[in-house]
Amino acid sequence: MLHFLIIAPLLIAILAPFLYKKLKSVHTGWFVLVVPLFIFIYLLSLIRTVIHKPLLLQLNWMPSLGINYDLYVDGLSILFGLLISGIGTLVVFYSIYYLHKTEKLGHFYVYLLMFMSAMLGVVFSDNIFVFYMFWEFTSLSSFLLIGFWNHRHKSRYGAQKSMLITVFGGLSMLAGLIWMSLEVGSSSIRVLIQNSEIITNSPYFMPMLLLVLLGAFTKSAQFPFHTWLPDAMEAPTPVSAYLHSATMVKAGIYLVARLSLLFAGTDEFFLIVSGFGLLTLCWGSYMAVKQTDLKGILAYSTISQLGMIMAMLGFGTGIAVFAAIFHILNHATFKGSLFMVAGIVDHETGTRDIRRLGGLYTLMPITATLAIFGVFSMAGIPLPIMNGFLSKEMFFDAAVDLRLESGSIYQMVAPFFPIIAVIGSIFTFVYSMILFFKTFTGKLQLSKLERKPHDPPIGMLISPAVLVVLIVVIALFPGPFNKYLLTPAVTAVMGEVPHTKIYFWHGFYNAPLFMSLIVLFTGTLLYLTRDKWLHVYNRLPGRWSMNKTYDYVVNGIFKGSTVLTNSYMTGSLRSYFRIIVGFIAIIGLYTMYSSNGFALNINSTPFSLPEFLVALTMAVAAISIIFVHNRIAAILILGVVGYGLSLLFVFYSAPDLALTQLIVETVTVGLFLLCFYHLPELKRDKETSGNKLFNLVVSVGFGVLITLIGISSHSSKWFKPISDYFLENSYELGGGNNVVNVILVDMRGLDTMLEICVLGIAALGILAMIKYNRKGDLE
Amino acid sequence: MRTNDLILKTTTNIIVFIILAFSFKLFLAGHNMPGGGFIGGLMTAGAIILMYLTYGLGPIKKVIRVPFTFLIALGLAIAVATGLGSFIFEQPFLSQTDGYFYLPILGKTHLATAVLFDIGVYLTVIGVTMTIILSIAEDQ
Repeated sequence: MLHFLIIAPLLIAILAPFLYKKLKSVHTGWFVLVVPLFIFIYLLSLIRTVIHKPLLLQLNWMPSLGINYDLYVDGLSILFGLLISGIGTLVVFYSIYYLHKTEKLGHFYVYLLMFMSAMLGVVFSDNIFVFYMFWEFTSLSSFLLIGFWNHRHKSRYGAQKSMLITVFGGLSMLAGLIWMSLEVGSSSIRVLIQNSEIITNSPYFMPMLLLVLLGAFTKSAQFPFHTWLPDAMEAPTPVSAYLHSATMVKAGIYLVARLSLLFAGTDEFFLIVSGFGLLTLCWGSYMAVKQTDLKGILAYSTISQLGMIMAMLGFGTGIAVFAAIFHILNHATFKGSLFMVAGIVDHETGTRDIRRLGGLYTLMPITATLAIFGVFSMAGIPLPIMNGFLSKEMFFDAAVDLRLESGSIYQMVAPFFPIIAVIGSIFTFVYSMILFFKTFTGKLQLSKLERKPHDPPIGMLISPAVLVVLIVVIALFPGPFNKYLLTPAVTAVMGEVPHTKIYFWHGFYNAPLFMSLIVLFTGTLLYLTRDKWLHVYNRLPGRWSMNKTYDYVVNGIFKGSTVLTNSYMTGSLRSYFRIIVGFIAIIGLYTMYSSNGFALNINSTPFSLPEFLVALTMAVAAISIIFVHNRIAAILILGVVGYGLSLLFVFYSAPDLALTQLIVETVTVGLFLLCFYHLPELKRDKETSGNKLFNLVVSVGFGVLITLIGISSHSSKWFKPISDYFLENSYELGGGNNVVNVILVDMRGLDTMLEICVLGIAALGILAMIKYNRKGDLE
Repeated sequence: MRTNDLILKTTTNIIVFIILAFSFKLFLAGHNMPGGGFIGGLMTAGAIILMYLTYGLGPIKKVIRVPFTFLIALGLAIAVATGLGSFIFEQPFLSQTDGYFYLPILGKTHLATAVLFDIGVYLTVIGVTMTIILSIAEDQ
């Protein structure tokens, strides 16, 4: 059933364009809505079985290659599955009111359903290859969704950027996964985890870890690779809400969580994941304050929240993992609702620029109320109805508790992590406040808006409202969520059952509470005085933003490859020839040298004086061709070489060859004369002396190579030649005494047949070139 | 000024026959002596070229009515046909055989199927050589 449900959106996607075309009166989204809703309900029904024992559903796909469509359903995958299908339902519902029927809805829902399938596949797959297939499928569908309004340049730029970065990570992840599966000998993620000691003890542990983490970091927009996420905001808002806050960006988180059991406990994993996570947390929240676009703020906020989750997964302690899983759930709820609110504001006012917005509270009271919950939950305001506060408190708790861990690495970094966490959270607080107060309070600037805003239709408000209700419900009644969702998920990540309960109130005199208070006060202070310190952004990101680095790298690759290609693809046949022959000479000579391939056997048959004289004449003629500047003379001297060759054939008793060579040489020289008669005189070489020297070196090198090969092959005869067989059996089998001819027409007649084909083709080619014009008519 | 090439024409008339005869000899003797379809074909082409050199393009075209491109096709067809012929006797492609036969005039004669194949080679080579040379020569 689940096998089918995962690809069900993909199958339904085939219908979407037809529904859009045929049933114009009904918004296509209504049909699509059924799919995620059904999956959501089905997954809910699975929970009861899964919390006791994870399910392994097997289906053979390519058993001979070890690639099977196996699904593994445990607490972690079901949590993600519920997020994907649940928020998917809300997003489809929201998009019904958000996107007008004149948009290309057929395309939109195809892409969205593709993405849904891919994401479900990612979280449920057990086989690394199937996992990877779905993983790239998310990149692909995300690319299509970001570029949905493909007439805009920024959409195309954002789509390309996200594609390049995530596919780069995806490919390196594939390498890492394959490497690990080779070490263990299985392509099942479950088996990899069971054999984790093979991998952690492998000398290649570090590269494997880095390759896999590269995939997770690019997908989840961690620090150096976060740059694609803000540009992905060019997508329609439902897409941003779905892909770039709740689901796709969490694929990397999922990967790290899924493989924690594999890597956990190693210092490398701890340092890299938590280090980059905290860095991303701080950088993302710091940069979010600077943004003026609502979705820009939300994008950087997503980056920073993902950094926080990643950091907690890196900590690897029970409380940290619990906090991470809890925050995944919380972040999906509040960030989803915030994106939808941003979409509503955009929809109603026609702008997302906070410099033009303000004072919308009176005009859009419902929207503002929804926003309050999302924003305050994100900021982690200590109120009992905000789920964000609970997980943030746990985050502080986990950071502080690191000092209780044994291990020198933990001891070393433990004092710093709480401080970094607090700094990141302060900025989180500041941008959250900016997001809300700049939009909904302050002076109303109606003149800068396209129309007078008012609350949107009720349908648009339902989805964010559901999420906001969830925020409150999770905060007030965390118990059931803990029991059915979080505990099984943490069990799946940690491999053991955690004993964690969610408290709102830890009592006085504990570190997390103080840290929260510090965040609250410093954040308020910074928010109120922000005009005084905002100019630091001219200094710190300054010219160093990752965007510019990305542009620089992409343009650099483009320019560099252009320069490189232009440098050797000159269009001059002469230089190509130089390269080809030069490389043959270098490689050949090196091979001969390195394999000690040269052989010399002097005990061959002695040669006679006439042979020597003919060879000498040929050599002199050949050399003199180089110095002749008259073309006709060069052709005639070439004839000397040819006739000399036929003489040599006579000396070596090859009458057939001698005859053929004689006539062919005559014909060739005649043809040369016929052709070149019409050409202008040879010009003086325009080549520089450097090129001439280069030509000399290449040609001498090539000549030396061929000579050496000739001598060596002649001097080393390893096998008895088969010519004896021909000599003995020529008359017996072929009925002729001329062995050469018997070989040509009888023993190896096929060669001859194809050679006369070659001749025929050559003749027809020449005929066509000369007699027919460009149109193909006979002239 | 019209040139008078009487000597050339006269000698050509004689020599062409000698060359043609020699080329046939090369072709037929190929199985036991130096020669064969390839050299025979080139030699025949040489004789035809000599005729062209002496008499020009027009007159010779009237004498040799067969277009040379047709010779290429014919030669290739014969070569392939001899190869296919061995299928009739359930032999692999291009199997050759030979034997001695008593013919009315020639008496005991050695005949080999390889000669049939060689005819294909012979005709193709004539066609190819003549096509190349004539198409280049006619292009002004």
